[in-house]
Amino acid sequence: MSVEYAVILVDSTSHALHIEKLLGSRGLACKLIPVPRHLGSDCGVCVRILKQDVQTIQTLLSEQKIVFQSIEGL
Amino acid sequence: MTTPAPLLPSAHAKDGALYLDNAATSWPKPPGVAQAMSYFLDEVGANPGRSGHRMSIEAARIVYAAREAVAALFGAPDPLRVIFGLNITDGLNLALHGLLKPGDHVITSSMEHNAVMRPLNDLQQRGVVYTRVACQADGTLYPALVEQAIRPNTRLIVLNQASNVCGTLLPVREVGRIARQKGLLYLVDTAQSAGVIPVDLEKDSIDLLAFTGHKSLYGPMGTGGLVIGPRVDPSELFTLRQGGTGSRSEREVQPDFCPDRFESGTPNAVGLAGLLAALKWLQAQGVAQIQTHKEALCAALLEGLVNIPGVIVYGPRDASRQTATVGFNIQGVEPSEVGLRLDEEHNILCRVGLHCAPAAHQTLGTFPGGCVRFSLGTFNTLADVRQAVAAVRELAGEAK
Repeated sequence: MSVEYAVILVDSTSHALHIEKLLGSRGLACKLIPVPRHLGSDCGVCVRILKQDVQTIQTLLSEQKIVFQSIEGL
Repeated sequence: MTTPAPLLPSAHAKDGALYLDNAATSWPKPPGVAQAMSYFLDEVGANPGRSGHRMSIEAARIVYAAREAVAALFGAPDPLRVIFGLNITDGLNLALHGLLKPGDHVITSSMEHNAVMRPLNDLQQRGVVYTRVACQADGTLYPALVEQAIRPNTRLIVLNQASNVCGTLLPVREVGRIARQKGLLYLVDTAQSAGVIPVDLEKDSIDLLAFTGHKSLYGPMGTGGLVIGPRVDPSELFTLRQGGTGSRSEREVQPDFCPDRFESGTPNAVGLAGLLAALKWLQAQGVAQIQTHKEALCAALLEGLVNIPGVIVYGPRDASRQTATVGFNIQGVEPSEVGLRLDEEHNILCRVGLHCAPAAHQTLGTFPGGCVRFSLGTFNTLADVRQAVAAVRELAGEAK
């Protein structure tokens, strides 16, 4: 079975790094990747996460008042 | 067998010259700073935040870590509000030109550097009014005088935390309390205080904190900027620098979020890699420990200089009320001549003249002649101080 992913879209690379650090500290897998073309026209990066972690991460980001645009399935 | 601890870098150059000009820029830099910059150029190299590939992300990670380290040093809650620019002058210009509008009133002190006075005088031509609160002859500022200068249209108080001429510490925390009580914004110039004494955005009630990386944070030149506190709305801060940020590329208007709003164009990532290494070193040493060391050196330097007949020392002449920057003159000898003879005959490097702060010199009574300035760094030793005092004693003796 292939791994299913989602991405967190953010305003800038700095925001992505902010989230990367937070998720890393909680042991949640993530990777910074270029924004997939179908999700945005931006030249920047987004944070790829495991689909199974979406709920946990959504709660964590809102608890920590972290600014992000949206979480999208891949 | 135990490995010997690495020796601290020496404040003597290869030709033996003793460096006492740390208020201009610190030298030498701590171990690891040059290596971090070299590593960035050789191994990381890519443009931070411009591309999504591994090398670019690693570069961005280093810049972000530098942002976090600056935020941690100043107790700033949000690393994204650490704005990197050319230097502290750039940060002060962003704060002053970005914030102030015609009709606004600003309060400052008579101990400011031209990095504050020149933008303020330019703004005065465009309808901003400022009041310069007079300091005492040793540079001391009474906070009550700041409070008395407040008008209904006062928007900002801007204060230099430590004099670059004679080291006087200004009452940043007390004035911050006044600013907060009166609902005014508060900008602090930490060029001579960051890394020297503890500076804290919250405890000192600072809204805009301008910092430099290359003085007592021990990083390279070309690093510095502005920390924006939670009470300032970034969208109300105008910036002249607009352009590519690597974000919101589909839009042809400047982003409104930090840090991108204020950081257009490729940053000095090599310098920031060096600054990050310096801040890690500074954190490991502890600002308090460096402060204790430099206070002891400063006390020895002051004691040495005030006891030389014919030498006038400016400022508080009290190591607990100033930084390890000491301004002085030898009666009857021009500062420029003292500087040249210290360099050529005594192998000591320092700064003489007006130090880009004519207002401070007017306050101290040293305008337009200026003074000689010894500014100590953390790598200086008591032996360095003794050498400097002996040199001044010899020059003063010859001047009689």
